[in-house]
Amino acid sequence: MHFPAKTLAVAVAAALIAVGCGKKEAEAPAPAPQAAAPQPLIVKLGHSAPLTGPQAHIGKDNENGARLAVDDINAAGITIAGQPLKLVLQGEDDQADPKQGILVAQKFADAKVNAVVGHLNSGTTIPASKIYSDAGIPQVSPSATNPTYTHQGFKTAFRVMANDEQQGKVLGAYAGNQLKAKSVAIVDDKTAYGEGLATEFKKAAVAAGVKVVAEEHTDDKAVDFKAILTKIKGKQPDLIFYGGMDPQAAPMAMQMKQLGLKSRLLMGDGGCTTEFVKNAGAAADGHYCSLPGIPYEKMPGGPAFIERFKAKYGDIQLYAPYAYDAVMVMVEAIKRAQSGDSAKILAELPKTDYQGVTTRIQFDENGDLKDGAVSLYIAKGGKWEALETIGAVAAPAK
Amino acid sequence: MDIFLQQIINGLTLGSIYALVALGYTMVYGILGLINFAHGEVVMIGALSSLTVIRLLADSGLPGPVVVLIGLLAAALVCMALGFTIERVAYRPLRNAPRLAPLITAIGVSIVLQQLAMLTWGRSYHSVPALLPAATHEVLGATFTEVQVIIVAVAALTMAGLMLLVNRTRLGRAMRATAENPAIAGLMGVDANRIISLTFVIGSALAALAGVLVAANYGIAHYHMGFILGLKAFTAAVLGGIGNLAGAVVGGVLLGVIEALGAGYIGDLTGGVLGSHYQDVFAFFVLIVVLIFRPSGLMGEKVSERA
Repeated sequence: MHFPAKTLAVAVAAALIAVGCGKKEAEAPAPAPQAAAPQPLIVKLGHSAPLTGPQAHIGKDNENGARLAVDDINAAGITIAGQPLKLVLQGEDDQADPKQGILVAQKFADAKVNAVVGHLNSGTTIPASKIYSDAGIPQVSPSATNPTYTHQGFKTAFRVMANDEQQGKVLGAYAGNQLKAKSVAIVDDKTAYGEGLATEFKKAAVAAGVKVVAEEHTDDKAVDFKAILTKIKGKQPDLIFYGGMDPQAAPMAMQMKQLGLKSRLLMGDGGCTTEFVKNAGAAADGHYCSLPGIPYEKMPGGPAFIERFKAKYGDIQLYAPYAYDAVMVMVEAIKRAQSGDSAKILAELPKTDYQGVTTRIQFDENGDLKDGAVSLYIAKGGKWEALETIGAVAAPAK
Repeated sequence: MDIFLQQIINGLTLGSIYALVALGYTMVYGILGLINFAHGEVVMIGALSSLTVIRLLADSGLPGPVVVLIGLLAAALVCMALGFTIERVAYRPLRNAPRLAPLITAIGVSIVLQQLAMLTWGRSYHSVPALLPAATHEVLGATFTEVQVIIVAVAALTMAGLMLLVNRTRLGRAMRATAENPAIAGLMGVDANRIISLTFVIGSALAALAGVLVAANYGIAHYHMGFILGLKAFTAAVLGGIGNLAGAVVGGVLLGVIEALGAGYIGDLTGGVLGSHYQDVFAFFVLIVVLIFRPSGLMGEKVSERA
């Protein structure tokens, strides 16, 4: 085949230049320094989450959380080493796709962002963390919970949410001890998050005396689960554990009802969303989920945050408060370092002790959240109702 | 046994959905030799626009099925206009271009439609009000809903209707003539452009129908729903023999049943080595085997080289 390689190369180059120029114009600081006012200290924050695809609603939620934090900081008029601090958020779309996640990470590294808040999914966060580590860019993920992320030995990787080891342990023990389940079928979506959570759940559930009668897998784009549910129906487990996100969990709950399955669904944080109860409707009732951290209403800064977020962006989907805290943790480090320099932020991050919206944030030696709490919920009448919280640390007395 | 029967019912419903979408692919391919990759997105637009109308009418007091029917009509109009536009804008100017060019515009149209839908309907999932009878019935321990029955019936009726249209009417004869050779058909007094436009319009109306049924069956609609559906339906069309109407339905149903049985039994048959996530591998394996022995699909005719 004859391919006009030259023409193509020229076209691509032209497109790249056009895109590049557009970006520069948009982001360059106003170059007219006023006589007296000191130059603002521009700190570039990268944020990455899926903004298109099945998880777009959750990704946009994260970005809104981060954006609220950036707006708050810029309005607060913080001075760093004599210069007013100005945060600039560069929001990118990683489509929840590991390949795209790497491209976004490389883009951030090339753009020399000072720090990164993200990514949303474990599947994108883990491969991207290698690039940030190589480039020396500090990274705080609001919501990646796969243990691997912080266990690769990277000094740049932090998260502000309990990881799947902690969550899976709580879920497994809860299934056996509180829900008194005798048997469980485990389904996951084969992503780093879903499979990771299912593995941790299985260990803890078996330890709590629950029998695993089936292990099935689907993917994060599927909508029809009748085949695997039918198979599970034949084994009549008390519980079905699903490691995955709400776009699959909601139709799964509806199809369970259609097939007449009596088993209850137990999910991790990916299914613990307002979208799940809204879309599954009556089929949502009686199912369980867990969320790292404590219920929004009981968070130290929860009610105030919910109100402010709602006024600007509408209902919280899932992780927006965590994205907000992730930005705040960065800013705290910038304040302590009195610098926006990546290396200096990085030196300060491990010393974090910050009372955020979600919880009191401290990191252990891996960069994991210390004493991450996990809360359990049950769906009732179109809402998630909090059941109990396991492993919370008390907020420091003020 | 009840589990086996349930898996067959699952597969039959899923397969009928694939079949409905595959009919749209196969019609366009049959006439133009073009794979209209934007077809899955037209299905999505159909589902979402019917949902908008249904929501507007939800409180009107009309009976559920009537509301759905009005929604379907509205969606069909939107999709027909869309199909007509797509053909005029993206395919007609490239009709005599190399085959790769319209394939790429098709993918382009698909991306544009997805993004437009995202801007129009937002990133959220939309729950579809249960307006169609949702009662569950039981036969020999297997359950099915009335929506599932409707889906299977609609797929069968649509196929029969299309076959009648293509083989027994004046319009169908013009379609077949255009498929054979548009230039010669033109000499015989067939307005090829009009026939091709009509094909797209009919195919898009089918897409609207499929979209409404998919949304009713899963109770959920989203701007991304057309992508995987389109891909699977395309596979079904190829399996059955693309360009052949009965083939699209046979391929769709076969693919659905293979997937359901694959997911249901592959784990037990292999002693747990291969799990239910191999259901797609299983389905595509069957596709490859069929294509090795019958390169033009199960019911495809031998394609002679076109001049």
